[in-house]
Amino acid sequence: MGLRRVAIVGAGITKFYRYAQETPKELAYEASKMALDSCGMTLKDIDCVVLGTAPDAFDGVHMNGEYLIDGAGGYKKPYMRHYVGGGTGVLSPIHGWFHVASGMFDTCLVVAEEKMSSAFPHPAGAFLTIFDHTTEQPLFPTLIWIFAIEMHRFMHRNGYTKEQIAHVAVKNKANALDHPSAQLGAKITVQDVLNSEMMAYPVNRLDISPTSDGAAAIVLAAEHVARRVTEKPVWIDGIGYCLDTAYWCNRDLYYPDYVEVAARQAYQMAGIKEPSKEIHVAEPYDPFTYKELHHMEGLMLCRRGESVKMLLDGVTQRNGNLPCCPSGGALGVGNPIAATGLMKIIEIFLQLRGEAGKRQVPGKPTCGLAQAWGDLMQVGTVVVMRV
Amino acid sequence: MALVERLQETTQVGYWCGEIPLEYIYTYGRAGEAFYRTLIEKEKILGAYCPQCDAVFVPASIFCERCFERIEGNYRELDPVGTVETFTVLYKNLDGTLKERPEVIAMVRIKGAVGGLLHYLREVDPKDVNIGMEVKAVFKPKDQREGGLKDISHFKPL
Amino acid sequence: MLDHEKVLKTATKIRLEDIEAKRVLSYKYKPNLRYAWDNGVALGRYLTELKNGRIIGKRCNSCKRVLVPPRLFCELCWRPTDEWEYVKDTGTILTFVVSHVNWDASRVKPGQRYHTPAVIELDGAGKDQGILHLIDEIEPYDIKIGMRVQAVWRPPEERIGAITDIKYFRVIGG
Repeated sequence: MGLRRVAIVGAGITKFYRYAQETPKELAYEASKMALDSCGMTLKDIDCVVLGTAPDAFDGVHMNGEYLIDGAGGYKKPYMRHYVGGGTGVLSPIHGWFHVASGMFDTCLVVAEEKMSSAFPHPAGAFLTIFDHTTEQPLFPTLIWIFAIEMHRFMHRNGYTKEQIAHVAVKNKANALDHPSAQLGAKITVQDVLNSEMMAYPVNRLDISPTSDGAAAIVLAAEHVARRVTEKPVWIDGIGYCLDTAYWCNRDLYYPDYVEVAARQAYQMAGIKEPSKEIHVAEPYDPFTYKELHHMEGLMLCRRGESVKMLLDGVTQRNGNLPCCPSGGALGVGNPIAATGLMKIIEIFLQLRGEAGKRQVPGKPTCGLAQAWGDLMQVGTVVVMRV
Repeated sequence: MALVERLQETTQVGYWCGEIPLEYIYTYGRAGEAFYRTLIEKEKILGAYCPQCDAVFVPASIFCERCFERIEGNYRELDPVGTVETFTVLYKNLDGTLKERPEVIAMVRIKGAVGGLLHYLREVDPKDVNIGMEVKAVFKPKDQREGGLKDISHFKPL
Repeated sequence: MLDHEKVLKTATKIRLEDIEAKRVLSYKYKPNLRYAWDNGVALGRYLTELKNGRIIGKRCNSCKRVLVPPRLFCELCWRPTDEWEYVKDTGTILTFVVSHVNWDASRVKPGQRYHTPAVIELDGAGKDQGILHLIDEIEPYDIKIGMRVQAVWRPPEERIGAITDIKYFRVIGG
């Protein structure tokens, strides 16, 4: 393709909280500084900055990216913002990848931040405005409706039950107990999930990831810089991104086509022919329990209709054959919209380097994948990494 | 296919009204909290000193935006005086109605610091305001301070 | 690589009560964000027909769907759409929800009906071509995917040319 190899060489992440005192700038700074320190770089070594922060309506600052920028190291640097709702966190390294792979820049600081707690009465209210203002908003829809609608269709077409899907929450929240940033790590049971408050059938409270404040950052470098800076660069070998129509009522929601299209792009670029065998560890996006399964099918990590079997057979546990969300995912660590995807990228980065501590999956994985989703059931963003 | 909607009368345009019904509570962050408490309790402007860049930044921040070093805690309390870096005179309100009296907004560079505050400039005729003028802050009575920029009521000439 | 101690120092946990008690200072602001969105040709016709008690779509002869709400171009085929075509106000429930929460995450009060939005495939529009609307006149948890429904309209004098000119859909037999 004529493009250069790009590696992730450093990472930083803040703690995720429902209400953090820090301003968006301070959150971005903490994550960015940690990322730079982790690979011994200073701001002078960074050639450009890309930043992802999802709806301005959460932070309550219009043009949030530009507002944040000094906290993200962007002082007098080339800078671009990108944004695809929840998919942003995985689009971030893709955006940064282009900057370095093209040869324009040798290093890139990639930052993702979200401060949802500024929005009242509740950040969920900001989602009122992602629906069509004329044909849907007058019905006062919420984002939970749209997830519940999709989950219901997913269960109906595949014959899955709530009990089966609840295992995702049990797995991820338990995994999150070992993640330093985690907001909601906990040991729960399937019964806890089913007994938790009914929000919108079929979604119970423990099926949902929390709203959070948080930020994450990674440092990308071209090959010659990467090899100088670290002994274990993690290569971005495949990228894919795809957006589906906003007319979400005009498609059958049981299968995420947009994730499959993005996955195919990434697999082709990475030379992967059998994802279920060649991907050793995965971080599919899990804002809701069923979403992890929905995305596993879209990523072709299993055949359609077989994700629940993989889950119940223990294949997706940390010591299984294809661990999914060893970090604890959005369900356990937290979901500051744009930063979550980048948290997942960081998890794969650490797993492939063998530096995930208590979360480390056994077997020395060499190929991993992170995926995020966003908007009106629209976007799929996928990154395949190898060490 | 060219632009499609061509109407003969403006009243023919159909439209749908709505709003984004959110409100916000912004916390000030770690440095901001210290900045506003210093305003309330000591009537001083809090800046933060970066040894690498040899500069005091106002308002105080936990990091230096230029070299990215952590300067949290390197706080300096500055007197609330400065010079007018630039200013403008406002004649209209946000809704387009005329103000009773023209209002001066000035960017005040705080003495000893890089950076400053945007605030009202009062107790002076707009005609007499000039760049470089020395000004100082006038604070609200202590029991009326809420922890915000308006705890300073306005700036006035020295 | 992630140092637990370092991560813990990055953010400070606070609660709403801390803000209300002014242990943590803050600034409150309500932006004045009101909009008047132009309907355009297609949506304008859709709303006008709703006022007349009818649902109109626009056909794309390439993918053979009747698009509801109508649009001037088909986003799948990326070409201008063709004839206007009415669809029926009956349909099939593709999926639905029983929501115990309102748009702002507050809970539905005891005694109030849960919200039951559904994606309804309208007869005549094509497979999986649905619209979002509400279901009523049935106990929320009795609703099933696949049920046949019919629109319940507001009386003509109350219609204003909006999606809410249909009050909701009710379940019909057969």
